[in-house]
Amino acid sequence: MKTESTKISDYKSNTTPTWCPGCGDFAVLRGILNALTELQIDSKDVVMVSGIGCSSNITSFINSYGFHGLHGRAIPVASGIRFGNHNLKVIATGGDGDGYGIGLGHFIHAMRRNIDLTYIVMNNQVYGLTTGQASPTADKGMLTKSTPTGSLEMPVNPIALGLISGATYISRGFSGDLAHLAMITKNALTHKGFSLVDVLSPCVTYNKIQTYQWLRERVYKLEDEKHNPRNLDLAIKKAYEWNVKIPIGVFYKGNQVTYEDEEPGLKDGPLVERPLNNTGDMSKEIMKEFI
Amino acid sequence: MTKTDVVLRVAGAAGDGIASTGESFAKICSRSGLHLLAYNSYQSVIRGGFIWLQIRVSHEKVLSHGNKVDFLIALNHREFERNCVDIAPGGAILYNSDKIKPNKDKVNGNIILCPLPVGQIIKDIGRNPILQNTVALGALIKLLDLDFENMANVIRDYFGKKKQIAMEVNLQVSKAGYDYAEKNFPQFDFILETDLDNKRPVLTGNQALSLGAISAGCKFYAAYPMTPASGILHWLSAHSTQTGMVVKQAEDEIAVINMAIGASFAGARSMVGTSGGGFSLMTEAIGLAGQTETPLVIINSMRGGPSTGLPTKTEQADLFQAIGASQGDFPKVVIAPSTVEDCYYSTIEAFNLADKYQLPVILLSDLFLSEHMESVDQFNFDAIVDRGEIVNHKPSDDTYRRYKFTSTGVSPRAFPGTSGTIFQATSDEHDDFGNIISDVFTDPEMRTKIMDKRMKKMAFIKKDLPIPKLYGPDNAKLTLVSWGSTFNIIRESMPLLSQENLSINHLHIKYLAPFQSSIQKILELSNDTLIIEGNFTGQLSKLITMETGFKINHSLFKYDGEPFYTEQITNKVRDIL
Repeated sequence: MKTESTKISDYKSNTTPTWCPGCGDFAVLRGILNALTELQIDSKDVVMVSGIGCSSNITSFINSYGFHGLHGRAIPVASGIRFGNHNLKVIATGGDGDGYGIGLGHFIHAMRRNIDLTYIVMNNQVYGLTTGQASPTADKGMLTKSTPTGSLEMPVNPIALGLISGATYISRGFSGDLAHLAMITKNALTHKGFSLVDVLSPCVTYNKIQTYQWLRERVYKLEDEKHNPRNLDLAIKKAYEWNVKIPIGVFYKGNQVTYEDEEPGLKDGPLVERPLNNTGDMSKEIMKEFI
Repeated sequence: MTKTDVVLRVAGAAGDGIASTGESFAKICSRSGLHLLAYNSYQSVIRGGFIWLQIRVSHEKVLSHGNKVDFLIALNHREFERNCVDIAPGGAILYNSDKIKPNKDKVNGNIILCPLPVGQIIKDIGRNPILQNTVALGALIKLLDLDFENMANVIRDYFGKKKQIAMEVNLQVSKAGYDYAEKNFPQFDFILETDLDNKRPVLTGNQALSLGAISAGCKFYAAYPMTPASGILHWLSAHSTQTGMVVKQAEDEIAVINMAIGASFAGARSMVGTSGGGFSLMTEAIGLAGQTETPLVIINSMRGGPSTGLPTKTEQADLFQAIGASQGDFPKVVIAPSTVEDCYYSTIEAFNLADKYQLPVILLSDLFLSEHMESVDQFNFDAIVDRGEIVNHKPSDDTYRRYKFTSTGVSPRAFPGTSGTIFQATSDEHDDFGNIISDVFTDPEMRTKIMDKRMKKMAFIKKDLPIPKLYGPDNAKLTLVSWGSTFNIIRESMPLLSQENLSINHLHIKYLAPFQSSIQKILELSNDTLIIEGNFTGQLSKLITMETGFKINHSLFKYDGEPFYTEQITNKVRDIL
């Protein structure tokens, strides 16, 4: 294994992806690999964190540290890694079931904190690994194994949630447009603060509605419309566009202060680097309070 | 007979300033070189309720807050009447006679009333209603014949220079109470041998757990507020600037433990604290720590269960929950500290075991242990931080195996950012590199090998643990068996029983997992056995049978939310012998 990564092949692990041929997640993987290569980030300083689901297997396919945790819990593990060592580049990944279903609470709270990490969600509107039930982003009326008469729930809108919850880089990519996806991924990785990349990543096996074709007919780029990503009100309006026209690109970008910047405990550098030879003296001093 | 210990109870409603009165009294006593133990009985209300704080003081080590009250400070009429029944013959009630007009028929004739006309006593000083507590405390210091200067110093420290006026008022008020008692109340027959050169620290179990974490080099603590573990969160937060610890209150206990696992994976010593409900939410991630071999210390301070249960009352009913936490087999350590002092040392031990063996270590405290104040001897602050085997630089053969097969099952850890050590930590089953073996082709041979590797650690942990010892005569007629916070009350009961020539000894079990086989030998040599536990089903009793085949003969279970009293133990032993 090389530590000095320069070529895209250096960021690839020896594990071959297990996804179905044509899966949108291949493009997401490629987008991350391209972004890492362009930014020349040392593999040893990158931690990929994921939950459980088809897309969460992505950590295995990248030559970086990986933490492949529990279903829905990528965000708190990723946040904890930042607390432990905020010199690391932390990328949390997963699917829509993982992040917007079981892990929705963590998603919102992490954005509220504006923790400096990138969250890439491979959104395909179904649970793929458990063979095709409706996910939280499934459209109302969607027919799946678990909703044979159509889903009765409104879908979660991750872009709108991000905008009202305090994330400072909110974007959507499409697996059918790799160059664009790689570009917004790269910008997310260089953004300071919580960055969301929600990727329309078709499930070719279980979602026969939101196919590449269906999406391609609808997506358009926000930058082509000269959308101003500093305009939060406009971004919220754009977040509600779906079905007829679907915007991709950067909805919002702010430069608010991060959690790590304000946390007093991190002012003296990463926790992992703190000395441990003075702890008894510290306690001895504090013990005086109890007398 | 002259008594050498004193029990004070301060009773009122939440919001009456009971805690600060009790803490001030505790400090006055401990700075006089006295030992003490205090217990706070309260409910889940912010204002109102039936609250009391009871402190027992002596020049000898105090092991319980006592049964009968010698001095009651009653802060309202209702508490005056409710608490009368708990007063020892010859005991006294101090109360604000402006507010409380006792019905003398309801007060036992051998109780001495000490009415304090607070308005008159402090008429030249101030009007704050909380001042009645200070008047009473001043009076009590006189009744116990303690040095007033000690009280004055505690008041000075409490208010500090920033609140000069409040400090002056409280000094005058307390002195007025002291002087009033001198003129108006009788002498009481107590001897408290003070030793002003030997000031004793007083702290709660939660504070000792927290201090232990600081000594152990804990750098990340996460929690969601939950009684009775919240004290740890508050105390560590208040000291975070001084210690440089990141203390994070997260959105729920699932986030709490996953964050701590992340921080530990990154290399920071990490701990979480909660009670049973939060612990239930954490259980899946405890398995994650086991599977990814990420060190983690988890405090479960038990309260009455199940479900919301008794939020402000004590119980020892989460033992099986701790032992069985999370699906599947994986190594974990469960330690139950017994006293405030033991909380300090157990936390350091927990961190070292967690790091050395790369696994979750659960500390089982309970409400009584976590929240009661106790005087202690100075701790040993020569903290030994053992982080276990860590790879600091690029391995020479350039192939780092995170889960390398070794004779002990412990594989040297690397923190992300270390050259040449890239690996995956996965909740899925994996091989020695960390590569997943659960997808596509499940490798039964590797699965067996890696499971054996993880579980192998348990045998080596056992060798590291101190051997359990029997306390008392070897060949006693009855062996008392216990765990956790019942330690002190059993040790207090033992001399009372010995005085009656009842032959008993005591086996206290600190390590619940891994279970130490020497316990079996001790039990098999006993003549008869009694288990004492704060739960309904006898969880330790069942665990002992499961681990050793030995069946404990007698049992004393308590699940009313209150800690054990000596009488309950002595009565039970008398029944048996």
